[in-house]
Amino acid sequence: MKNDSISIIGSRETKRRSETIAHAIFIVCAFFSVLSVISITVYMIINGSPALTKVGILEILFSSDWSPTSATPSYGILYVILTSIIGTAFAILIGVPIGVMTAVFLTDVAPKKLAAVVKPAVELLAGIPSVVYGLLGLMILNPLMYKLELAIFKGSKTHQFTGGSNLISAVLVLAVMILPTVINISEASLRAVPEHLKSASLAVGASKIQTIFKVQIPASKSGIITAIVLGVGRAIGEAMAISLVAGSSVNFPLPFNSVRFLTTAIVSEMGYAADMHREVLFTIGLVLFAFIMIINIVLTKILKKGERNDD
Amino acid sequence: MIDHHGSIMVENKRTSDKVIYILIYISAAISVLLLAGIICYVFIKGIGAVNWEFLTSVTSVLKGTTGIAGNIVNTLYIILITLLIATPVGIGSAIYLNEYAKPGKLVRLIEFTTETLAGIPSILFGLFGMVFFGTTLGFGYSILTGSLTLTLMILPLITRNTQEALKTVPKSYRSGALGIGATKWYMIRTILLPSAMPGIITGVILAIGRIVGESAALLFTAGSGYYLPKSGQMFSKVFESGGTLSVQLYLSMSKGQYEIAFGIATVLLIIVLIINFMTKLLTRKFDVSRKK
Repeated sequence: MKNDSISIIGSRETKRRSETIAHAIFIVCAFFSVLSVISITVYMIINGSPALTKVGILEILFSSDWSPTSATPSYGILYVILTSIIGTAFAILIGVPIGVMTAVFLTDVAPKKLAAVVKPAVELLAGIPSVVYGLLGLMILNPLMYKLELAIFKGSKTHQFTGGSNLISAVLVLAVMILPTVINISEASLRAVPEHLKSASLAVGASKIQTIFKVQIPASKSGIITAIVLGVGRAIGEAMAISLVAGSSVNFPLPFNSVRFLTTAIVSEMGYAADMHREVLFTIGLVLFAFIMIINIVLTKILKKGERNDD
Repeated sequence: MIDHHGSIMVENKRTSDKVIYILIYISAAISVLLLAGIICYVFIKGIGAVNWEFLTSVTSVLKGTTGIAGNIVNTLYIILITLLIATPVGIGSAIYLNEYAKPGKLVRLIEFTTETLAGIPSILFGLFGMVFFGTTLGFGYSILTGSLTLTLMILPLITRNTQEALKTVPKSYRSGALGIGATKWYMIRTILLPSAMPGIITGVILAIGRIVGESAALLFTAGSGYYLPKSGQMFSKVFESGGTLSVQLYLSMSKGQYEIAFGIATVLLIIVLIINFMTKLLTRKFDVSRKK
């Protein structure tokens, strides 16, 4: 590669050629992600839509009867969709307040030494594989839930006992799993609040807590909303952690019911599904994909708005 | 007692403030206690299962052994192949975005798709990988299918980390090199990339962590094989099914083999701890070199 050197004797022609090649290669690399997203979108639609026309859109999306393997199969995924929405909503309701409070702790409340313990702990929580969360949910939460279930539904004849694999267990696992995302992003946005806003509030006599909740948190609103949206994305897309914890039958998402999420339906049934059943599982994938795309678009909108406000 | 009521010299303690302080401390404690609880619980339950035989043998009814050697090898295969593809592409993409592209529609499109890739749940990557790499390209359930699927998944991670690293290289380095007559590609190769190296390596290590922990995207792409590659067939193993540690953990868990599951969980947590420690170390080194 003699000609690649910056020696002025090196031929200008070769140099120019290697420049153009390098430039071209980088463009190709950059377009890889565009290509990937396009092909994923196309494949999800190609594989997910046939069932919609064969079974009927209304039949799939708005029927609550899921019995894909019975003699007269029925493919209603309404309960599955509802479970994902309600499960995610409750995970957010639990996870976001704890996450934002922890972020406040890290930015404004904690003495340096305590922050030095909490911050790495949060980072490590983010690194723990989702199957490990699933294992712990299965071994710790489910037995607890089973005891609770036995106590609450003692003597009830209508309740189907689940052995503790229910919506609450799944929601708790999801709430824990979104914590690191919510904490990190809220923390970053709280830190970005200009110091003078804080000083002004303190100077007019507001207490530290008042300053945090009436000045700093409103000022970092767009960051915290971003955190929530990313948390929603993480929770609605999580599969392995909750696939065993949430139970194995499709039911209306009541706290003590065994439920199936969009993700867990795919994980637990794809292994043996065939023909139409398999196609409907791809439709479930398509529904999930639609949710994620909506979340992504909302996210870019928020980020853009945040940028404009910063200017 | 002097009556301080109404005096501005005394801080007026509000009860609501105290309650909120307590809530804040509880919230922060939750993360720490959770982590400590998870690590202790898994180690106590799993450390008994982890021994030399567990790490170096393959589960076999015939020999009466239970072990995860095959899964460890599969994990290494998948890490290697995935990084081999994703690292150059990710770095190339970052270089284009940072050094060549002019801000505009094109850059926004590339950045939007990178964000989108980062936001797609791994189970959907799994579905896509299964039908595209597995069926359309005909690789079936194999380590190659799994690796290609994961490539798409970790690409944003590497691109973004490289971009961040490139941004921290001072402008003067670029103009200095270009000013004495270096061509752009030569400047990138000899000045930018070496300066950004710690940041790029951090991205790669984070990607390894992601691959090790991934299961949903691999279950239907790389499958669940747990045998060691036969001697002399190191290469053809790539076209065979191979479950990683995380996938095996899930399978053991769903079969109710909790002892093996906790053993694998212990191994996974140790890997996660090591990776976390390494990124910390690198980031610190990175910060120092920036201060110079």
